[in-house]
Amino acid sequence: MLTFTFRRLLLAIPTLVLISLIIFLLLDLAPGDPLANQPLSIPPEVRQKMRDALGLDAPAYIRYLLWAKQFFWVEPLVFVDWVIGTNFSEGMQRIVSWQFRSPVFDIIIQRIPQTLWVVGLAYLVGVLIALPIGIISAYKQYSWFDQIGTFVSMIGFSVPPFFSGVLMIVFFAIMLPWFPSIYDTTLVVNDFESFGQQIRQMTLPVMVLALQTTAQLSRFMRASMLDNLNHDYVRTARAKGMTEKVVLLVHVLRNSMIPVVTVIALGVPSIFGGAIITEQIFKVNGLGQLLITAIYANDLPMVQTLAFIFAVLIVLCNLIADVLYGLLDPRIRYD
Amino acid sequence: MKLKALLMGAVAAMAIAPVAHAERGSDGEVKIIYWQAPSIMNPYLSGGTKDIEAASLVVEPLARFNEKGALVPYLVDEIPTVENGGVAADLTSITWKLKEGLKWSDGTPVTSADAKFTAEYCMAPDGGCAQSAKFDGVESVETPDERTIVVNFTGPKPVPYAAFVGAQSPLIQAAQFKDCLGAKAQECTDANFGPIGTGPFVVTDFKPNDVITMKANDNYRDPAKPAFATLTFKGGGDAASAGRAVLETGEYDYAWNLQLAPDVIAKMAEGGKGTPISGFGTLVERIEMNMTDPSPDLPEGERATAKHPHPILSDERVRRALSMAIDRTLLVEIGYGQAGRPTCNLVPAPELFASDNTDCIAQDVEGAKALLDEAGWTVGADGIREKDGKKFKLLYQTSTNAVRQDFQALIKQWWADIGVETELKNIDGSVFFGGDPASPDTFQKFYADVEMYANNFDGTDPEQYLGQYTCEKAPKPSSQWQGENINRFCDPAYDELVAELGKTGEISKRAEIAKKLNDMLTKDSMTIVPLVDRGRVSAHSNSLGGVVLNTWDSEIWNAADWYRIK
Amino acid sequence: MTDTPLEPVAKDTSARSQWWDVWDQFKTHKGALFGAAVFLFIVLAVTLGPLVWTIEPTFIDIRARNSGPSLAHPFGTDQLGRDIMARMMAGGQVSIAVGLTAMAISVLLGTLIGVVSGFFRRLDGVLMGLTDLFLALPLLPLLLVMVMLFRETLSRSFGPEMGTFILIVSAIGITSWMQTARIVRGEVLALKEREFVLAARSIGTPSRRMILRHILPNVLSPIMVSATLGIATAIITESALSFLGLGFPPDFPTWGRLLFDAIDYLQQYPERVFWPGLAISLTVLSVNYIGDGLRDALDPRIRGR
Repeated sequence: MLTFTFRRLLLAIPTLVLISLIIFLLLDLAPGDPLANQPLSIPPEVRQKMRDALGLDAPAYIRYLLWAKQFFWVEPLVFVDWVIGTNFSEGMQRIVSWQFRSPVFDIIIQRIPQTLWVVGLAYLVGVLIALPIGIISAYKQYSWFDQIGTFVSMIGFSVPPFFSGVLMIVFFAIMLPWFPSIYDTTLVVNDFESFGQQIRQMTLPVMVLALQTTAQLSRFMRASMLDNLNHDYVRTARAKGMTEKVVLLVHVLRNSMIPVVTVIALGVPSIFGGAIITEQIFKVNGLGQLLITAIYANDLPMVQTLAFIFAVLIVLCNLIADVLYGLLDPRIRYD
Repeated sequence: MKLKALLMGAVAAMAIAPVAHAERGSDGEVKIIYWQAPSIMNPYLSGGTKDIEAASLVVEPLARFNEKGALVPYLVDEIPTVENGGVAADLTSITWKLKEGLKWSDGTPVTSADAKFTAEYCMAPDGGCAQSAKFDGVESVETPDERTIVVNFTGPKPVPYAAFVGAQSPLIQAAQFKDCLGAKAQECTDANFGPIGTGPFVVTDFKPNDVITMKANDNYRDPAKPAFATLTFKGGGDAASAGRAVLETGEYDYAWNLQLAPDVIAKMAEGGKGTPISGFGTLVERIEMNMTDPSPDLPEGERATAKHPHPILSDERVRRALSMAIDRTLLVEIGYGQAGRPTCNLVPAPELFASDNTDCIAQDVEGAKALLDEAGWTVGADGIREKDGKKFKLLYQTSTNAVRQDFQALIKQWWADIGVETELKNIDGSVFFGGDPASPDTFQKFYADVEMYANNFDGTDPEQYLGQYTCEKAPKPSSQWQGENINRFCDPAYDELVAELGKTGEISKRAEIAKKLNDMLTKDSMTIVPLVDRGRVSAHSNSLGGVVLNTWDSEIWNAADWYRIK
Repeated sequence: MTDTPLEPVAKDTSARSQWWDVWDQFKTHKGALFGAAVFLFIVLAVTLGPLVWTIEPTFIDIRARNSGPSLAHPFGTDQLGRDIMARMMAGGQVSIAVGLTAMAISVLLGTLIGVVSGFFRRLDGVLMGLTDLFLALPLLPLLLVMVMLFRETLSRSFGPEMGTFILIVSAIGITSWMQTARIVRGEVLALKEREFVLAARSIGTPSRRMILRHILPNVLSPIMVSATLGIATAIITESALSFLGLGFPPDFPTWGRLLFDAIDYLQQYPERVFWPGLAISLTVLSVNYIGDGLRDALDPRIRGR
């Protein structure tokens, strides 16, 4: 397994380089203009000068190589400098966002706390709720619990966050003024009171996001458990006199986890991708909002960098899922 | 109606409220929300309204436009004119005199050298300055003494109030930006995020596209202002949620540009926590007629160029009929309410420059039909007009925006009533208003028969705005589809008149020419079909006093005068 | 597969095919029958409804705007006075068609790639690399490029409406198959090492037969779940595409769009969000129950009981 992991990690490098190139070409081809959000009262000659100042007139391959150099060489050096206090990176041009004229990594780091607090927590809550719901629904198929679970999760999934988010605000921020409708990213948690405030402002967006995760994951969990409950080994285990708890949670669950692990692993990178619509509605302004505003503003260095970080996470998480398959079912071999 | 009543109420409340100016910082915190988040605090690097207005709290110009569009001195004692000798008689220079004892927020004195530097900064060749049009025709900036700024022009400049005037062109500190000239401008992140200014507030923390925190400027020239000690400027989300935060939940004090249907705003205002306010500027929502043929059958490079006149819309009677079929009053009622007025003018304000052209306001469906009959377009079997075997079919495009899509649907129906079939298309704003020459969907390329958007001009003089419609400014392949004459309107008489406007100094003559130019584009030729003079609707909480909505400058221009009603 | 009970075969003659068994089992599943009935009702309502309710969905009656439910407008009217019932029907046709087609494309593509990648080890690396790539591509620029490249060509060869339809369903399908592919692949990797597959392989069953008879039936349930969830996603994604100007013209109603447009009026006219929200939820729920029933019916271990 270790050699497999190592080989896959090595293989991931050319894959990622290729992915970064394809992302770059795609962004380059996509219609758009970093000056689209500038007012029409700015005349075309001035616009052209502004474009030149952003370095847009250079040929595509030069811009790609420049980005690659900055991403794989300059930014790691900056990181090293920051950790051990050297100044290797002095005078080197970092990846600079067109919207902010500021290094993109500074802004990404600024955005990570609120993204993890809200999107990450929502994902965790969603997974923790979904698994038991899925297991119980499958074990007691067609019981009241199962029916209600099905109903709620399907409604939860078919109601898009642009609707459920606004609904939450209308109910829990306007009609019942219990929670704030706007997330305050400047809040510093340093005592009990500010912690309470943080919990309050997280509640609504976490609820909206967790609903989606729960709905999706509990369906996969239930379906997979149902598949396995009828297998011979379950009968055998029961015949051997094992308790239902052991049969269910050790034997069936383990064998049903493969699709669930896949879905969970696919979802983890999307935590860092942020939750675009929910972030917008509650003004959490995390990585999702950063990505979408950068796309609308055609801030190519920012989009390229975010998309590539995202790609790295996807490749890593899928690799982790593959390793987990092997642990869950030792029969699976990759070599 | 409700909205109107509320607005009246707000005016009354403002008049009665005691102007209790205590001392600086006595009123705690004020919270502003913009649903578009500021990405930079330097108006010279981004012309976006959100960026300019956020920066206007910190950096200030020498003079601003007030809510009526009149110039008011800010960092100077009086506005230079020919009469007071501030503007040279031959209109080739203007002399500003800084107020005495002005200080930057770091405590150093503001001098004329800062103004000279600001001009250098924006006019540097590789700087990509967004406001370089403000410095058009500036030959040099001289500084005879610490407080005197002389701007010399290359030729006579009838309206010399562009450089250092208005929120777009504030003074920046030479000491802070000295290493940021030219291409270096892009790298000065700290200065761009936290400029040192003369305004009422200073930046304490700038999180781009998210939130700005500010505190009162200790060195602000009026020792009693601002009343607020800190200011939070939150960005992001959408207009509806910004409106809710001020009008319904009261979490914020001021919400910018609530582009929402009038009944939605009225309902929010019932929340009782805040008041919507509105003001008018020069923003006009209009339909532009394509004078060239956008047919996809034409080879790329000839499509939508002057080489092929439009097969249907080249006839002035047709354009007029399309305009006559529209009920502008109803459009306003549905889309803008109190924040809109029907208009037939491209230049709706200032009053001096606005033509008295109101012919288009009354809808005239029968007249439109008669005009189309006269033009030879007869009603076919399916109710759609045709001429020489060609169907009267139009493609009508605009950017994505709820109100615009409602307008499209309404106008499509009115045009159907006169026998015109319309296909609608909406395009995301970032593509539509982007100038990407590779995209077929930009408004400059105009691969459609008619399109709708809004535009306005900075300041109060429409010369540059009207100058956009000269023949050579048409977007075409050879200019990479850049150009402002979106309709490809071309009339030598118009070009001559524009040139004359550039030479005329006397204000009443300028107004006369501007009106004539406006009429040539609108009521005479119907190339541009104005629909709505769009105002700005914002909202402030009922406890925030001193708000004066300004559409001619930064909307929050007088934040120094804001106070908490107790 | 190995433990199919023998009694039914003994009872029935060869005239009775496997599909009858499936149908018999499906019939006994109350939820599935109910789901099928609701789904059929929705489909009939949106296809035959406009024949009875003949108001044009795009007709604007400005005087009747923002009116509540009445005899003339059972579901009320919108901010321009368009009849919401007519719009729901017209929108339903598009939304259901888009939802089902896009889901089918995405599930077919996902299953195909997942099975091939899990079953043939040599292709695994390439195909999973491709999956990672598609997961990583930023969606909006990808769609913009697709629209820019193919809209004119498609609308020229299939007409504007059909062209847009093809563009939208393929855009949604092509950008949403990855999850199914990953899930199916994971299952196939495990199945491949099970005894019955090894047994089948040892007697020299060709790969195609192995996949169709032994692998596919056993990965059916996650595929069913993906399919039901996929319909909901497709209906919502369509509205997002149209909103961005990448889909149908703005006056073309779809459920997703009706829901989106109604959000601003949530407080004044809550019924306007209710109808499209209900329609989408009901469709997804009914498809889910049909899926449940089908899955049970196709599982020989359950069918035998």
